[in-house]
Amino acid sequence: MDLQSLTIDAARAAIQERRTTAFALAEDFYLRIEKQDPEIGAYLTLSKDRALTKAAEIDALAAKGEKLPPLGGVPVAIKDVMATRDVRTTAGSKMLGNYVPPYDCTAVARMESAGAVVLGKLNCDEFAMGSSNENSAWRPVRNPRDLSRVPGGSSGGSAAAVTANMAVATLGSDTGGSIRQPASFCGVVGLMPTYGRVSRYGLIAFASSLDRIGPLAKTVTDAALVLRTIAGRDPMDSTSADVPIPDYVAELEKPVEGLKLGVPKEYFGEGLDGEVRKSVEAAIQKLAKSGCEIVPISLPHTKYAIPTYYIVATAEASSNLARFDGVRYGYRASDAHSLSEMYRRSRDQGFGPEVKRRIMLGTYALSAGYYDAYYLKAQKVRTLLAQDFALAFNKVDAIVTPTSPTPAFKLGEKVDDPLAMYLADIFTVTANLAGIPGISVPCGETKEKLPIGLQILGKHFDEATILRVGGAVEQN
Amino acid sequence: MKISDKDVAYVADLAHLELTQEERIRFLRDLNSILEYVDRLNELDTSHAQPMAQMEGLQGATLDSSREDILEGLRKSLPHDIALANAPDSDGTFFRVPKVIER
Repeated sequence: MDLQSLTIDAARAAIQERRTTAFALAEDFYLRIEKQDPEIGAYLTLSKDRALTKAAEIDALAAKGEKLPPLGGVPVAIKDVMATRDVRTTAGSKMLGNYVPPYDCTAVARMESAGAVVLGKLNCDEFAMGSSNENSAWRPVRNPRDLSRVPGGSSGGSAAAVTANMAVATLGSDTGGSIRQPASFCGVVGLMPTYGRVSRYGLIAFASSLDRIGPLAKTVTDAALVLRTIAGRDPMDSTSADVPIPDYVAELEKPVEGLKLGVPKEYFGEGLDGEVRKSVEAAIQKLAKSGCEIVPISLPHTKYAIPTYYIVATAEASSNLARFDGVRYGYRASDAHSLSEMYRRSRDQGFGPEVKRRIMLGTYALSAGYYDAYYLKAQKVRTLLAQDFALAFNKVDAIVTPTSPTPAFKLGEKVDDPLAMYLADIFTVTANLAGIPGISVPCGETKEKLPIGLQILGKHFDEATILRVGGAVEQN
Repeated sequence: MKISDKDVAYVADLAHLELTQEERIRFLRDLNSILEYVDRLNELDTSHAQPMAQMEGLQGATLDSSREDILEGLRKSLPHDIALANAPDSDGTFFRVPKVIER
């Protein structure tokens, strides 16, 4: 089977029509992973027993001539920050090196109930903190499009696995760009849904007011199919919203003609790579030719987004990561003589440098005497950033920007300069802060054949429109 | 310099981290550079802005992040052995930790 062009519908249809079996398809993918992955490093754990059991179940349905569920037999993989029952879940950290969850993340459970075959767990930056995947405690992921470059982060394994045809689609998580930026670097589609659209039950928390789960896929249709599968209220996550879920795939059929697309000047200023600019502007021109009205807009607080994000996100992270103490699960230092020494040494030895840096920054921002100056200040600026979008969406249906200011950079290029690394997220953190959905869709390549992504941002719970615009970009 | 090596030691203590001497020097430099960048937030007048601590009141959404306690129909707790399965040290009934009280 040609894995390269294999989409969700094509895979399901091939199994349904008995041209192949889910079992054989899963084995094909494992063979490909065995061959390709040593040089890429996208997978941390393979869940062969679980995958092949599910595949056999789907094959039994197909053999009886029953209609397969929407993801019936489709090989997928999951970022290692989502809990999988009886399958090791490390969050890319030594802290959880031996952690085997007793339960499933809701998004994963919904994928499997829809028939998906979960091949394994994907590499990522430790606790989803990073923009290059170099912060994985296990190994960095390499960009399949150019092995000397990073795949982006933190869902680098999720993007690389799709690009290298080691899964048909994957799940990632996005706290400041961690789905969209790697999708852009690897040339795939990456969708971050609205805050509350997808349950986070079983997602290892980084920053709870920002974290989202979403799909990475080869096509906009596949991203829509996965979103339809995982979206919706979940009693296990009180922040999941009870909002009607449209048929995203059917919505893609609607024309984009007449849609008003905002182009914010702040996303096209200094620091934007020339080739990225050219490619994004060309994609916007094509959308205009398809009948979209292009509206110049301003999001005046954009330059405050990164400092706001790195205070809010690290403050929340310092609190969320306080649970890792070496008592109930996770790494425990063996050389401690008192309880407090055990806590400190377990955390010291279990966490990597970037995680410790963020815990330090967040703890400082929340500490007595600095709370008002940093955390409270950042929360207020966050309100202004959210208002920027609210005002813009009075005038436009969606906003189009570059996903990242540059194409994929080289491994090692930014590891010694945390601030430079943080600035890689400059166009993506805004949507997390405002709670709105965003998608990155491939819109071209540099001369060196590096992928470029166009980001489309939408109104709260209006994933349908950004998917539709993404579909039009894909067609062009 | 916004913060000193004393601050780094204090914050590490709050965060239950020990940190090596090397890490303390590194974080002193990194945190100062990041906080200097964060300072640009002070260009903004936020006296009329409400702090946004979480997403609420999203258009059309019911986020019931505060709800009544559930009195009936609670999910079953994890069985004892499964709850202890990931523990670094346990005696089969409890999590075991180093001695807390010195005698």
